[in-house]
Amino acid sequence: MTVAKAMTECLKAEGITDIFGYPGAAICPFYDELNNTDINHILVRHEVNAGHAASGYARLTGKPAVCVATSGPGALNLITAIATAYMDSVPMVIITGQVNSDQIGRDVFQEADITGSAEPFVKHSYLLKRPEDTAEVFKKAFYIAGTGRRGPVLIDVPCDVQKAEIDFEYPETVDIRSYRPSSKGNGHQIKRAVSTMLEAKKPLIVAGGGLFSGNAAELMRKLSEKLDIPVISTLMGLGAMPTNSERYFGMLGMHGCESAKCAVNNCDTLILLGARLSDRTTAPILLKKELTVIHIDIDPAEIGKSVAANIPIVGDISLVLGQLLEQLDGVSESDFQKHDEWKKMLSDSRTDKGIKQVEKGFVNPKWFIRELNNYLPERSIVVADVGENQFWTALNIELKNGRFLTSGGMGTMGYSLPAAIGAKTAEPNAEVIAVCGDGSFQMELCELATCVQHDIAVKVIVMRNRYLGMVREFQTNHYGNRLCAVSLDGSPSYTKIAEAYGIENMLVDSEEAAKEGIKRLTEAKKPFLLEVAVPELLETIL
Amino acid sequence: MKHTISVLVENHAGVLARVAGLFARRGFNIDSLAVGVTDDVNVSRITIVADGSDYTLEQIEKQLNKLIDVIKVKTLAPENMVSRELILIKVSCSPKQRPEIISICELARGKISDISANSITIEISDSANALNNFEELLRPYGIKEIVRTGTIAIQKGEAAVSVRN
Repeated sequence: MTVAKAMTECLKAEGITDIFGYPGAAICPFYDELNNTDINHILVRHEVNAGHAASGYARLTGKPAVCVATSGPGALNLITAIATAYMDSVPMVIITGQVNSDQIGRDVFQEADITGSAEPFVKHSYLLKRPEDTAEVFKKAFYIAGTGRRGPVLIDVPCDVQKAEIDFEYPETVDIRSYRPSSKGNGHQIKRAVSTMLEAKKPLIVAGGGLFSGNAAELMRKLSEKLDIPVISTLMGLGAMPTNSERYFGMLGMHGCESAKCAVNNCDTLILLGARLSDRTTAPILLKKELTVIHIDIDPAEIGKSVAANIPIVGDISLVLGQLLEQLDGVSESDFQKHDEWKKMLSDSRTDKGIKQVEKGFVNPKWFIRELNNYLPERSIVVADVGENQFWTALNIELKNGRFLTSGGMGTMGYSLPAAIGAKTAEPNAEVIAVCGDGSFQMELCELATCVQHDIAVKVIVMRNRYLGMVREFQTNHYGNRLCAVSLDGSPSYTKIAEAYGIENMLVDSEEAAKEGIKRLTEAKKPFLLEVAVPELLETIL
Repeated sequence: MKHTISVLVENHAGVLARVAGLFARRGFNIDSLAVGVTDDVNVSRITIVADGSDYTLEQIEKQLNKLIDVIKVKTLAPENMVSRELILIKVSCSPKQRPEIISICELARGKISDISANSITIEISDSANALNNFEELLRPYGIKEIVRTGTIAIQKGEAAVSVRN
């Protein structure tokens, strides 16, 4: 068979049912073969969104998702999405077309060195030069993307290679001598961690995004319950602990809450679970010298990078948490202190400034998200974009068993709608909401067509304040309020945009209208756009 | 502080670019780099001399290990390794100066590899420091050109950095 056909066979063998992409000449042999499969191809309107959609999809399935683009500009347009996935450890296999092998390096039409360009942002990449390597390369790519610390793997396939004839057999197993992702945690360190946790007076769990990659949120909840340990979350870990739990004390970070900051500043044992503690996360805190840090992560390079660890445990988070819980099996409540006082201290540090009245004709976004909570089913998926809308959502959304997705590490604007498209494709029965600002929405609004064409009932909430709000706030606070290039004057009516796409919509500018809007949005069976008039000059932390 | 790191990699196209790119984008400084195939044709060895604190070295090792094509990373202890660099050095040399330069060369256990009417080329393999000293000795005669390889190094004793162990 042809390599193009073999590529589709590889996808089938990996259980891929949906892919996101945008065709072009250099990837046409593959697209031609796609016609002969049941694989559902979702045509995005810009390649970067094929990447973000695959990211949203993968974060729900936990398995590598696939996006496709052609050579040159098609592949280059994917780079931001690849980097976004890399920063947030999202498993993805990216397939790009390349110019014919004998033309590589000659600056021919639509040629770009995509493996070279994407190198800093991929876990690994392949330029498939030898047709007979097809099956092995695909097998390895999926294996690498979906194991260890998850990440994007790129396969660049020259057009002539796609047309070449090969014998095809998909390997059942894969062995890469230089890649052996760690699995179980070191027994000695597990024992040390257990005794440290039992002795701790003020232990604290920091729940990171790794709990989702490693499918271990449930085990973390068990550990917290077993030893009565308070939990705070990073942006990526939001929802690992139910936000309404009495042991949950909010999100840490530059835009995080007081109780989480208080928790880190006062704990005596810090248990980091699948959290790399980025600069934005540690910005508001000062780690005490006498603090004991237990750091559990699948990537050894993250341990000791931002925070020195006293007890480092490298391993798969669900296996390590399983080991810890096993050790704690015989432990009863008499073996350790309950942490009532510690929790009381943290409860007292919770601050809520309440809901401020806003001028007539506008809606307070904090009130709005809290109101939205009343309408969302328990397993809803909320995708926040980047900017003030991201933190209005992150700080106020209630998550019991739902998911919160956002571009955390890279802070890529225009992530929410395409990622929501991916999420909805992975879980068609879930309520999937994209929350964005009018800045980010204008980077992604072309994807409304994708929702319509493929009947993907994503609900879009545009928090419209006619500003790039977070940068505006930054200029106000750090540049003497000298605003430059942050006004979005000239923007269109977003409801009219929705209308042009044939999408049901509503503009809300009062609490009463917003309630009606939320009701219509959550009841809609098709895509829906809700434009929320938000006051122009609001802060991120309300 | 200088660290000598021995890195075994799959002998594929593009591996050197991945390793060099990693150093560049993470802000690690490379003093010297040498690449060659090992006794196994599928495996190459990259010897890197890098400058940085112990924290930097730990990060270099960990980040290198994350590259899929990297099989093994080992930092060699300075007191427990033999390290060598090869230098080719072309010096201005009138016929009258030849005996002088040749005697310096012999003292340094160098070899005359080329000679012309007004120049002489010497090759020496030694530690980087010894080569620096030698270079200074020849500087007064007028150095026309210097070509140096990167440092390569091997552990003393029986221990080996190999894919087999």
